[in-house]
Amino acid sequence: MTSKAPEADTSTPPTHPARDRVAAPSITLARRASTYLSRHARLRLAVLLSAPLLWLGLVYVAALAALLITALWTVDSFTGQISQTWTLDNIVAVVTGSLYQTVTLRTVGVAILVTIVDIVIALPIAFFMAKVASPRLQRILVIAVLMPLWASYLVKAYAWRSVLSQDGLWDFVVAPFGIESPGYGLPATVITLSYLWLPYVILPIYAGLERVPDSLLEASSDLGARTWRTLGLVVLPMLWPAIIAGSIFSFSLSLGDYITVNIVGGTNQLLGNLVYTNVGAANNLPLAASIALIPIVIMFVYLAAVRRTGALNNL
Amino acid sequence: MRLGRLSKVTLGAITGLVLALIYVPLLVVLVNSFSTSKNLVWPPPGFTLEWWGKAFRNAGALEALWTSVLVALSSTIIALVLGTLISIALQRYQFFGRDTVSLLVILPIALPGIVTGIALNNAFRTILDLKLTILTVIIAHATFCIVTVFNNVLARLRRMGTNFEEASSDLGAGLWTTFRLVTFPQLRSALFAGGLLAFALSFDEIVVTTFTIGGGVETLPIWILNNLFRPNQAPVVSVIAVVLVVVSVIPIYIAQRIAGSEQTRR
Repeated sequence: MTSKAPEADTSTPPTHPARDRVAAPSITLARRASTYLSRHARLRLAVLLSAPLLWLGLVYVAALAALLITALWTVDSFTGQISQTWTLDNIVAVVTGSLYQTVTLRTVGVAILVTIVDIVIALPIAFFMAKVASPRLQRILVIAVLMPLWASYLVKAYAWRSVLSQDGLWDFVVAPFGIESPGYGLPATVITLSYLWLPYVILPIYAGLERVPDSLLEASSDLGARTWRTLGLVVLPMLWPAIIAGSIFSFSLSLGDYITVNIVGGTNQLLGNLVYTNVGAANNLPLAASIALIPIVIMFVYLAAVRRTGALNNL
Repeated sequence: MRLGRLSKVTLGAITGLVLALIYVPLLVVLVNSFSTSKNLVWPPPGFTLEWWGKAFRNAGALEALWTSVLVALSSTIIALVLGTLISIALQRYQFFGRDTVSLLVILPIALPGIVTGIALNNAFRTILDLKLTILTVIIAHATFCIVTVFNNVLARLRRMGTNFEEASSDLGAGLWTTFRLVTFPQLRSALFAGGLLAFALSFDEIVVTTFTIGGGVETLPIWILNNLFRPNQAPVVSVIAVVLVVVSVIPIYIAQRIAGSEQTRR
């Protein structure tokens, strides 16, 4: 198929002078397949889609479906083996249990707070990067934002543990000004998670701002709009999908985290901790699966709500 | 909108301040890697090179590093192939269920890691009765890495248009020749950027990994998690973190150069 000769249906007229000197195209099997495919768009699409869809379907969708099924099974309390008796007990326990309700509210609260903190911090930085900084500075800033992503997640969480610890950096630098270190707990968890996910929120918002043409901002100003009005009426509507895209990252990543809260959260538990203990120590996979359905439902509701904004194309 | 000098300076100051705050914890890690204290006491009581020497002789860490590179490389390659295929399909064709397919690609990253983790753990162990190995980790990582390649390639395809490809097939090139000589060269930097992100994502992943890795194998993040709270190992962990950050400058810089030379300035 690598032969340079033209295909029969698209070739130059036979009167072309060069035609005589070029060897006739060899009709290899590959070339015949290529010709056949180029005439059948549907088949081409099927070839393109089959491998990725097979992978995502077999590995991911099937796994999610299996999770739902496992949530309906139970664990034999005697042998510790999963017994495939159908029951709604686990799901009922998760929906009605006060422990699960409290932890769900706490987790969603943390995730919302982290998302708000990150968006508030990311907006001015992304704006400076996209609209004020020179191209050179812009490149440096993008690197500066990206680089912390390569430092291990765990090490960054641990760094915050050390910053917030007794006799840590916070007590050394900030406490003399009267702001005590929050210690280990939910505030420390929110701080650390916001810190960890900030680059994931800055980058889509920055990319979104890059797509807002300067000419629009100038037009708005020529038409008499002040800065805040331009921001509210021109920039924000165009930026909205990018902000939501960033929020999906920070919200979802916070919703599923159980390691940061172990490191800086004191004794507080989030949904992830409940899932983790039930998979590991408690060895109750059906219950863990039922608990995992909570973040799945929350994320599906969230994704469905933001789908129409076009945010999913901005991830 | 014309920003006044004051607003520009304010924005710059905010950016500078936040970036400084982003780097403070990393600096703390840097300093801790030289500190004589094993418990992260601030200010450090003294400085030593002991941990740096120990880190480079730590067999467990080096093996975990190798495992991580292997996992990240394998899942990046799988993600590159699958991500390219699916983004060409979604960008160049209209078909029923297109939105569902694109939702399917982002789902593994949009759902919390704990969900992906337990779903795959359950599928491998309970349903398929497989043993968790390095292979299950690669499968899990590749699944959520597809999206980074997908995003980069999709954006590039959208910008490229189809003119060159049409010209190529008008001139008689077959599908594969067109892809090899026309489409692929234009996609190369997008593939590099997407692949780099996929590598980084896999290299640092911990939540899904804890659910899909078998006993006896450690990726670097798992090794760090297992050693973080051991008093003699915490400074060694700091050393490794510093090395990773410093080394990461190279690929990011290259990616930026490629993106910068191609991008038309605004």
